[in-house]
Amino acid sequence: MLSANDPQRWPRLGWTLLALALLWPALHLSELNPAGLVAGDSARAMAGFLAGFWPLAHDLAFLALVGRATLETLAIATVGMALAVLLAAPAALVINRALSLSALAAEGRPGPWGGLVRWPLRGLLIVLRSIPELVWALLLVRALGLGPTAGVLAIAITYAGMLGKVYAEILESVGPAPARAILAAGGSRLAAFAYGLLPNALGELLSYTLYRWECALRASVVMGFVGAGGLGQQVELSLRMLAGGEVATLLLVFVLLVTAVDGLSRILRRSLGVGA
Amino acid sequence: MSSGTPAAVLDAVSLAHRNGTRALRSVSLRLAPGEQVAVIGPSGAGKTTLLRVLSATLAPQSGAVTLLGQCPWRLSPRARQRLRARLGLVHQAPPLPPVQRVITAVSAGRLGRWSAGRALLNLAWPLDAAGIGAGLRRLDLEDRLYSRCDSLSGGQLQRVGIARALYQQADLLLADEPVSAMDPRLAAHCLRILQADAASRGAALVVSLHAVDLALEAFPRIIGLREGQVLFDKPAAEVSPAELSELFDNAQLSAPEATRAAEPAGVPPRC
Repeated sequence: MLSANDPQRWPRLGWTLLALALLWPALHLSELNPAGLVAGDSARAMAGFLAGFWPLAHDLAFLALVGRATLETLAIATVGMALAVLLAAPAALVINRALSLSALAAEGRPGPWGGLVRWPLRGLLIVLRSIPELVWALLLVRALGLGPTAGVLAIAITYAGMLGKVYAEILESVGPAPARAILAAGGSRLAAFAYGLLPNALGELLSYTLYRWECALRASVVMGFVGAGGLGQQVELSLRMLAGGEVATLLLVFVLLVTAVDGLSRILRRSLGVGA
Repeated sequence: MSSGTPAAVLDAVSLAHRNGTRALRSVSLRLAPGEQVAVIGPSGAGKTTLLRVLSATLAPQSGAVTLLGQCPWRLSPRARQRLRARLGLVHQAPPLPPVQRVITAVSAGRLGRWSAGRALLNLAWPLDAAGIGAGLRRLDLEDRLYSRCDSLSGGQLQRVGIARALYQQADLLLADEPVSAMDPRLAAHCLRILQADAASRGAALVVSLHAVDLALEAFPRIIGLREGQVLFDKPAAEVSPAELSELFDNAQLSAPEATRAAEPAGVPPRC
C-alpha cells in the first residue's frame, strides 16, 4: 500500500484523512440514511408506486396534455434564456477588462474610474445568480400568480447572472491583442468587440449558452412543481394523484427532450467551425 | 490637416515600461508632412515603443507628443479615438483572430471611421469586397480574400496587416518591422507599396527595419535608435559605416542587462 520511498506518501495520507474528517460530520448533518429505502413499510409503498409505472399512460387526452406541457416547458426555457442573453451580453461587455481604453495606454492596467462601473455590476450579477431560480420562481408565483410567466422571469434573472459572469470570463480569456489593435486604430469598443474578441470567443460563448439552455430546460421542469407551468406542473399533479403510469410517461418525455436538446446543441457546436 | 502642420513632433519623450525597462529616453524628432523615415537599431533599442508612441497607443511618462497637430494625451477619449483613426500602425506580428477571414481582417482598418451599424453589417455581409480585393492584389494576395487567417503563413499574415493599414488610409502611416517574415524580393516589393501609397496620399511614413541595407536603399532619412536614445538622425547618404557599427556593436550582448541594472524603475526620466 504505502510505498516506503515515495516522498509524497505522508502528505497524501494527510489529505485523505482530512477529507474523511470533513466528510463525516457533513454526512451526519445531512442525515443520509439509505437503509430507510428498503426498510419494511416504505419499501412496500415504494414498490407499489413503482409497479404503477407500468403500463405507461397513453390515452389520447393525456398525451395531448403532455404535448402541450412539453411545448410549454420548451417555450419557458427558450424565452427565459433569450431574455437572459439579452441582459447578460451588455453586462459582460461592460465588466470585462479586455475592452478598456484606459488599459490600452497603460499596458493592460485599467484606469480607476472604470472600476466604479465594473464592480457594482459584478455585484449585481452575483446577487442575481446566487439566489436559486426556484426561489425566484416562488417569489414570482406569489407576485404574478400561477403560470409560465413566473418560470420565464425566474430563468431570465438567474441565468442572466450566470451568463454575464461566464461571458465576461470567456472574453477575458481569449487574447486581447486583436481588440487592442482595433482600439488603437480608432475603433469603438463595440467594433473592437465585434472584430477583435468575438471571432475568437464565439465558439466558446455559443457552446456555453447551449449548455445553459439545457440546464434551463431542467430548471423549468423543477419550477413547474411550484406552479410555474410546463411538464413539472403535470408531474406534480400526477404524483399527487399517485398515477404512476402518467409519471412514467412524463419522465420518459423528459428524458427524450433532454436527449434531443443534447443532440441539437452538439450539431450546432460542430457547425461552429465557420468563422466570422 | 494643413500642408504646413508637421506629421509628428516628439519633444524629449521618455517612457518606461511597467516592468521597469526604460524604453525611450528623451527622444526628440520632427516629421514633416509626407516625409518617409526608416528607424534602425538593435533589437531592444525601443523601435516598437517609439512606433507605439507615434500611433498614440502608449502614453509617455514625460515629454510632449504632437501628432498631426494634436496632442493625443490632452484630448478627450472620443477625440483621441478620432485622431487614432488617422494613425495607421502595421504590427510586426499582426494581431488577427485566427478564425477571422482575410476580407474581414482587412476591412477592420476602417472601423475608426465607420458607424456601429455599418461595422456590424460589414461583419455579416462584407460591404467592400472590390476595394479590399484591389488592395490585396497589389500585395499579391488576391486569391486569399476569403481565406481564414489561420491558414496563412507568417509572411502572408504580415501582408494582410499591411493591407489593413493601407485600407485605413491613415495620414501618418507607421510600420513595425512590416516585412521581417518575407523573402528579400517580396520585402522590397511590399516596402515600395507602402512608400507609394503614403506618397500618393501625402501621408508621412515611419518604418522600423532590422535590414539596414534595405533601409538605406529605400528611405531618404534614417534614424538610428540605441538603448532608447536617438544615436543619429540624418539623410541616408550621410550615414557612415562607423555610425552603423557603433549602432549595432555588441548591443545584444551587453546593453540590455546593463541598462536595467543601472537604472531601476521609478527613477524620474531626464527631460
